[in-house]
Amino acid sequence: MSSKPIATSRSAAGLPTARLVTWWVIASEIFIFGGLLASYVMHRLGHPEWAAQAAHTHTWAGALNTFVLLTSSLFAVLAHKAADSGDGARAARFLRLTALGGTTFLCIKAFEWTHEIEAGFVLSSGGFWSFYYTAAGLHGLHVLAGVIIMLFFAADAARNEELQRVECIGIYWHFVDIIWIFLFPLLYIAR
Amino acid sequence: MLERFLTGASTYSQSIDHLIFLIAALVGFWLVVAEGFLFWLIFRFRHREGQPSQYITGEEKHLKRWITIPHMLVIACDVLIIVGAVKVWMNVKQTMPPAEQTVRVYAQQWAWSFQDAGPDGMLDTGDDIRTVGELHVKVNTTYHFELVSRDVVHSFCVPSFRLKQDAVPGRTIAGWFRATRPGTYDIQCTQMCGIGHSVMAGRVIVETPEQHARWVQAAGSPYTAQAANPASHTHASLDLSTAPGAEFAEVRP
Amino acid sequence: MSAEAHHAEPGFFRKYLFSTDHKMIAMQYLFTGMIMAVIGGYLAYVFRMQLAYPSQQVPGYGVVSPNEYNSLVTMHGTIMIFWVAMPVLLAAFGNFLIPLMIGCDDMAFPRINRLSYQVFFLSAVVLLASFLVQGGAFGGAWTSYPPLSAKGAYNLTPVGASMWLVAVALEFVAFLLGGINFVVTTMNGRAPGMKMYDIPIVVWMIVLATIMFMFSVGPLIAGAVMLLFDQLLGTGFYDPGRGGDPLLWQHLFWFFGHPEVYVVLLPALGIVAEVVAVFARKKLFGYKTILHTAWAVWVLSFVVWAHHQFVAGIDPRMANVFSITTLLISIPLAEMVFVYIATLYGGSIRLATPMLWALAFMAEFLIGGVTGIFLGASGTDIYFHDTYFVVAHFHYTFVPIAIIAVFAGLTYWYPKMFGRMLNETLGKIHFWGSIITFNVIFIPLFITGTAGDQRRIYSYAQFAEQARPALQHLRVVSTLALLVFIAFQLIFVFNFLWSLRHGQRAEANPWMANTLEWTVPSPPPHGNFADMPTVYRGPYEYATPGRREDFWPQNVPN
Repeated sequence: MSSKPIATSRSAAGLPTARLVTWWVIASEIFIFGGLLASYVMHRLGHPEWAAQAAHTHTWAGALNTFVLLTSSLFAVLAHKAADSGDGARAARFLRLTALGGTTFLCIKAFEWTHEIEAGFVLSSGGFWSFYYTAAGLHGLHVLAGVIIMLFFAADAARNEELQRVECIGIYWHFVDIIWIFLFPLLYIAR
Repeated sequence: MLERFLTGASTYSQSIDHLIFLIAALVGFWLVVAEGFLFWLIFRFRHREGQPSQYITGEEKHLKRWITIPHMLVIACDVLIIVGAVKVWMNVKQTMPPAEQTVRVYAQQWAWSFQDAGPDGMLDTGDDIRTVGELHVKVNTTYHFELVSRDVVHSFCVPSFRLKQDAVPGRTIAGWFRATRPGTYDIQCTQMCGIGHSVMAGRVIVETPEQHARWVQAAGSPYTAQAANPASHTHASLDLSTAPGAEFAEVRP
Repeated sequence: MSAEAHHAEPGFFRKYLFSTDHKMIAMQYLFTGMIMAVIGGYLAYVFRMQLAYPSQQVPGYGVVSPNEYNSLVTMHGTIMIFWVAMPVLLAAFGNFLIPLMIGCDDMAFPRINRLSYQVFFLSAVVLLASFLVQGGAFGGAWTSYPPLSAKGAYNLTPVGASMWLVAVALEFVAFLLGGINFVVTTMNGRAPGMKMYDIPIVVWMIVLATIMFMFSVGPLIAGAVMLLFDQLLGTGFYDPGRGGDPLLWQHLFWFFGHPEVYVVLLPALGIVAEVVAVFARKKLFGYKTILHTAWAVWVLSFVVWAHHQFVAGIDPRMANVFSITTLLISIPLAEMVFVYIATLYGGSIRLATPMLWALAFMAEFLIGGVTGIFLGASGTDIYFHDTYFVVAHFHYTFVPIAIIAVFAGLTYWYPKMFGRMLNETLGKIHFWGSIITFNVIFIPLFITGTAGDQRRIYSYAQFAEQARPALQHLRVVSTLALLVFIAFQLIFVFNFLWSLRHGQRAEANPWMANTLEWTVPSPPPHGNFADMPTVYRGPYEYATPGRREDFWPQNVPN
């Protein structure tokens, strides 16, 4: 990677470029999810009858998923710590554990959706379900993307390369986590 | 002022025209001053040999006055315009004078149809008069209208009344007008509504009380064949039941 | 690392198509934008001909049908805003200028930058391909309001509608990728010594615009996904019959759509600031004032969107709030224009072509600005909403932004981009021809709009009030002026292409300007700076007292 431009290595703002770009990515993502969730909340307030639909969601599965994601975020923190101390191999191990958490989350999600679809609740079964699948689906895509990127970064970290990326993917992962913390009560619990 | 371009035929057409005139006077003045000053500067400070430019940062207080004073004046004009705009808006859109007659306006791809409340002044009763493409109203009478759309977003616009209101499927939007001048005026759809948007025309016919009474009589009793008025200017299919979006035909508040 | 400049010359594909060099990507955006402008202009020609000579053969097109007319106006708007104004002002100038002006060798993430262009190119292909599909290109206006846009049964262009949406969404992704790069590069990649207030205004403006874009577009991306699901997967987000709400889209669209105006306005103002300072040989009047007003516009632009919806069926009380915010935003904008005008005071104004364009921007944008007041004031908007008055108004803002300011920038930076000077005589002919005809195109439209002409109408034959001969004459005048305007653009194209080969060779700093891009050879080599520069002062030190020369480049120690 010797061909990196000087622009990448400078930090006139006092923040490493990688971390800076992660924050900007998250900032723009917040507005995407913000728009979607604001639309959902507005609709939900206008349609009290959607609560009956929301009752069909598997709250316990959602709760379990919250736990899985929070645990994986803990691994992301540990990976960051390991990377800070220069231990690439250890960082890679924790990153892979985080990715495992993400995969578990997606498996549980798949289980949930299978049940809901079998029960006849699909994307087009009404306003609540449209928002439910769209919001959770968009979030799921972010989890999937995070897992894939994490596995690549873990491979780099295992060779003690690009360790600054461990922190960045960690920040992203916390963001994905926080989005879920919003989604879970809004989609599953709110009555 | 606007009258020269297009007749005004409702009570609020005048107040809107006056507001337009007020804004035109205020911003017109500023536009002339600003453009004049711009061109004067270009001429006055054109490049001349041996006359270097001055070093002015614009950060000093006495220089900032050149910005802050016009700035204050702009704010003053803005306040004036806001007050005028809100006053007109409250009058036209936010308050409704008591109704003397009610009409429901249906928008659909690509025709206007109307349901006049008839002699009893109540909608959805036996004496309602339904028309397509033509809205008959009595002069100097306050009409309330209920605007509904059967398919996509349309906009109910009578330029001569200075009236414009979007029709949104799923909503009933209320409004009012009071025509002041007998005559025939255009109704236009002003929200892109598909390939027939440009032919989604209608007429509003403002009638004297006598003319209107004759029309009501001729229209006769409930739900007559008036709907198939041959004089209708609409080019769209008149069969409302098969028109796209007919499933929303019974949208109610 | 500047040794890279001595690398072997890369092959054609590496050099022109898959380059990661910010200057080449800027050129890709510029040329794509110019080609799209030609297409958008052609569409305007066709529908203006239809309006002037209804239902007659349009030379080079044929007879226009109503649904084709709708597609033409929709695509004209979409292309001119998303595929001309955005790529040229933001991406082309941003890519070219940011690294050069802040004194670094490239963008922080060159490969993401390349990806940005590739996604953008794909989006343009998808959009243009929609002309060829069954039913033709989408014709539901560039605002794409559902339910019209959501159901094929309503718009009769089901494929075109989805392709339009996909193209727009891809374009947003491209600009998010590019935009994050701009912001990060400017924050982190500045040359040593370049403090916040030493950054040239145009870079500030592009970065502010980019951040504004990033924050405003998010909800619309979510909205676009929802609309796409409504179109293809049978959801009912915008379907009132199934618990949805058509107005939701309008809010999401205009929450983006109005800031979008400022997204392209700010870079244009930035370009004009650079040109005015150089050609008036003047320090900008109140650099910080410009920044503060830009920030004020930035903040206010997020709370004005519903002035597009006064009569759209929103709660009427909301109109009062948005009327006030909309008139508030006129204050910083007016102030910014005053500052620009004040900069001329005490200057030594050289009326070279770039300066003519910059001055024309101020003169014309003022008209666009003041006519906006009629639309921001709720009371008058009842009448003017969706009339040709609106069309004339926003063309008086968008033409100064996307055409006049772009010509100011192109004629100013052309020597830096291509290493040769443009022909001044041709430049001036092109300038006067374009400016005069531009006014003749749009002043009649203010009048027809005031007389009640509504937008997006294929033919006024159905409307007695609009079918008056006097109004038809005005429409013809406007169309004829457009033909002349287009003819004058050929002069620019000729000048542009001819000067590429035969123009006088440009030195590093032909305009005697201060900013860093003028310290490197024209055109700049790969890697830009042979020795990375250090910055000692702000960018507008012209006619500094006590100096023999009337300019003082940012990188010269004393």
